[in-house]
Amino acid sequence: MEAIVTKSDSDFVDGLKAGVSIAVGYMPVALTFGLLARTTGLTLYEAVLMSILVFAGAAQYITLSLIAIGTGAFEIIFTIFIVNIRHLLMSASINEKVEADTPWKKAVYAFGITDETFTVSATKKGALTTGYMFGLCLISYSSWVIFTGGGYIAGATLPEVIQQGMSVALYAMFVGLLIPSAKKSRKVLFLAGLAAIFNSILTLAQFPTGWAIVIATLLSSIIVEWFIGRGTNE
Amino acid sequence: MSNSMIWLIVGLAVVTYIPRMIPLVFFNSDKIPPVIQNVLKNVPFAILGALIFPGILTINDDMMFGVIGAVAAIVAAYLGANLIVVVMFAVAVLSTYAYFI
Repeated sequence: MEAIVTKSDSDFVDGLKAGVSIAVGYMPVALTFGLLARTTGLTLYEAVLMSILVFAGAAQYITLSLIAIGTGAFEIIFTIFIVNIRHLLMSASINEKVEADTPWKKAVYAFGITDETFTVSATKKGALTTGYMFGLCLISYSSWVIFTGGGYIAGATLPEVIQQGMSVALYAMFVGLLIPSAKKSRKVLFLAGLAAIFNSILTLAQFPTGWAIVIATLLSSIIVEWFIGRGTNE
Repeated sequence: MSNSMIWLIVGLAVVTYIPRMIPLVFFNSDKIPPVIQNVLKNVPFAILGALIFPGILTINDDMMFGVIGAVAAIVAAYLGANLIVVVMFAVAVLSTYAYFI
């Protein structure tokens, strides 16, 4: 029974540890967001408030670019909704893997589901506990909010060369999550490769990013399931 | 802080939170047919592919940034490096490249 008492604690710490890579990856992205928000004309509080309430990198960047070209609020909100459609898919997929818990707890950590927290939790072996999800989301969220403010205040704190190098951080993390599973399973390789190809075609055809990712992901998940069937892909 | 900006931010928060929350709170796994459950289990790996490519090619005007960063990350990950090491290694390699061009 002791194991049960200490269980949620250590899961929380596991989540924090797993989130360190994301926190590091978010640093340059959030710093740059803070910087750009200033040049777009937002105040410090508006920039930080956006990171506090929205917590979505792609959506926030696109918002800045739409504000910059004078797009109306309704159009911006609708565009961002389309961009966020992919999270429906991620959240549904995560729901298959998390432990059953009270709806309000799931509603709280649902706020923390981003491309990055999703991929880290989804590729983790075994079931996901509520404690783990809280730890993972909390450290990622903290990094995002703190470095948004930091970027706004400090401007370009990092040397230009390092900033350029850090632009690859989040992509490197995605690669780092994919390769170990792809080494073990050909199915994983097909899933990722096929989705990359579909997404490239849809991007070239100028589909909105959110839809392109959703369609590419669904197509490859269905096609691979159809032809290869239910093998394990852990 | 301007009022219209606050309402914009609140609107963005709503359309970002809803897609994240609905499936987790309102879907019941027991009632989802096995075929769909299997497809959902494929999603993480498919989405990784879609998130990486072609986006990685556009991190810089110079397309080589994405290529070099990807190769560095793939090599480190293939050799079994820890996730954080993969990220740091790719950043270091790319910073070196940026320094020399």
